[in-house]
Amino acid sequence: MSIPHPSRDGSALFTGPLAWTEDLTVRFGRRTVLDRVNIAVQPGEVVTLIGPNGAGKTTLVRAVLGLTAPDGGRVLRRPNLRVGYMPQKLSVDQTLPLTVRRFLALWRPVTADKVAAALEEAGVTRLADSAVQTISGGEMQRVLLARALLGEPDLLVLDEPDQAVDVHGQAELFNRIAQVRQRRGCGVLLVSHDLHTVMARTDRVICLNGHVCCSGRPEDVSRHPEYHALFGGHARDLAVYVHHHDHAHAEDGKVVHDHDGDCCHG
Amino acid sequence: MDEFVIRALLAGGGIALLAGPLGSFVVWRRMAYFGDTLSHSALLGVTLGFLLGVNPMIGVMVVCVSLALALVALQRRRNLAADTLLGILSHGSLSLGLVALAFLETLRVDLMAYLFGDILSVTDGDLMAIYGGGVVALTGLGLLWRRLLAVTVDEDLARVEGMPVDALRLAFMLLIALVIAIAMKIVGILLITSLLIIPAAAARRFARTPEGMAALASVLGILAVIAGILASLTWDLPGGPSVVVAAAALFLLGSLVPLRR
Repeated sequence: MSIPHPSRDGSALFTGPLAWTEDLTVRFGRRTVLDRVNIAVQPGEVVTLIGPNGAGKTTLVRAVLGLTAPDGGRVLRRPNLRVGYMPQKLSVDQTLPLTVRRFLALWRPVTADKVAAALEEAGVTRLADSAVQTISGGEMQRVLLARALLGEPDLLVLDEPDQAVDVHGQAELFNRIAQVRQRRGCGVLLVSHDLHTVMARTDRVICLNGHVCCSGRPEDVSRHPEYHALFGGHARDLAVYVHHHDHAHAEDGKVVHDHDGDCCHG
Repeated sequence: MDEFVIRALLAGGGIALLAGPLGSFVVWRRMAYFGDTLSHSALLGVTLGFLLGVNPMIGVMVVCVSLALALVALQRRRNLAADTLLGILSHGSLSLGLVALAFLETLRVDLMAYLFGDILSVTDGDLMAIYGGGVVALTGLGLLWRRLLAVTVDEDLARVEGMPVDALRLAFMLLIALVIAIAMKIVGILLITSLLIIPAAAARRFARTPEGMAALASVLGILAVIAGILASLTWDLPGGPSVVVAAAALFLLGSLVPLRR
């Protein structure tokens, strides 16, 4: 792993994963949404969950966050693990007068300097004094990133960040998250529908459909028969893309090499 | 100025001061109908208080909190919408209170005073209850302020940050129950919610921060109390309704003021 482990608070003493599940099972009524799922997120690693609608991606993320109680198995975390959660979307009631700056200060006691630094890192300094109800979906995603960063997370969890954001904003957000991962060495667990984005910017893909169908490096998963069974035609498009997947295009069209840990992971 | 007028102003002002920040939360959390339901159950609490020989305010607190907990339990079932459940509990408990009161034939209760309040007959004991309870409620709200705001913005995020979301929600319900118990005698159980939400709603347009909205709501509430009591004395009108009419007039006036962008 070329990415340094987090070294704050003696957390470097732990060498195992940041968070992991052991035979995690979740049922809604009679329907088993997750069936004995085992996943783990290592420090500095970007793990992406993909799978069709209803595959249990969001449920798995919510279980890892402690928002959904398991019906079987366990969810485990490193002691004192700091989790930064970026929900899919967030809408604040119109009746609540709240600026972005104030929104960021609600979750823990923070200094104005730290709020300013988080706004800067997420690229939303200019929005600091806007009302949270007036910003766009893409802007809100970045504000939510700033909010998560204020907690100095060891693990960043994102649920389908691409849905509320246009293609341009989506690429921008993923680049920000890649930078954050590099700078801070935190692990990232994300849910995505967008297969292209997944392939270019992730260390490991977990293909989920109630159970873990297959997992591994993006290029390996894309060749896996179960993956093809799930994604069919889309998977073929992807194989073409994978061939070129060692770079992405920045907003200005420049080629950006963005998968630094490639030679070491797997 | 007569002593009873001063007492009325002190009592109404104290409640309006408290209702500003709490009412703002009721508006932000979309709990207006919830507040109404709790206050409608207060009459049952009064009756229980008389039956058990305890202070009616304690009876009101107990019934309000039980009702809030019952509601949380019923909402887990999800086969009825929240507003339907609130409607059942609200009118059910109000009617139960009226029926129970009718059974207590030996008891002479001024029903109108409980339903619509009697702000001009405030006693020293009432004032003590209002200011004592008010200090407790405002202190509690102040201590929980940031976390209650976080829970109001997004419960999942608050939970992931390790906040005790269920305890915070319960604490907020307790604060509402406390306000209902001490405000009941002043504005009456049918009008308590209006004192919570009208000043807060009127303050919304002019506020840029949650605290600003809460403070302005308190000021507008106090103005409504003063105007309502003076109108009540001048034209011999019922006190509680006059205060609410004054608050509603302030809301209307406020919504006519043009705002510079």
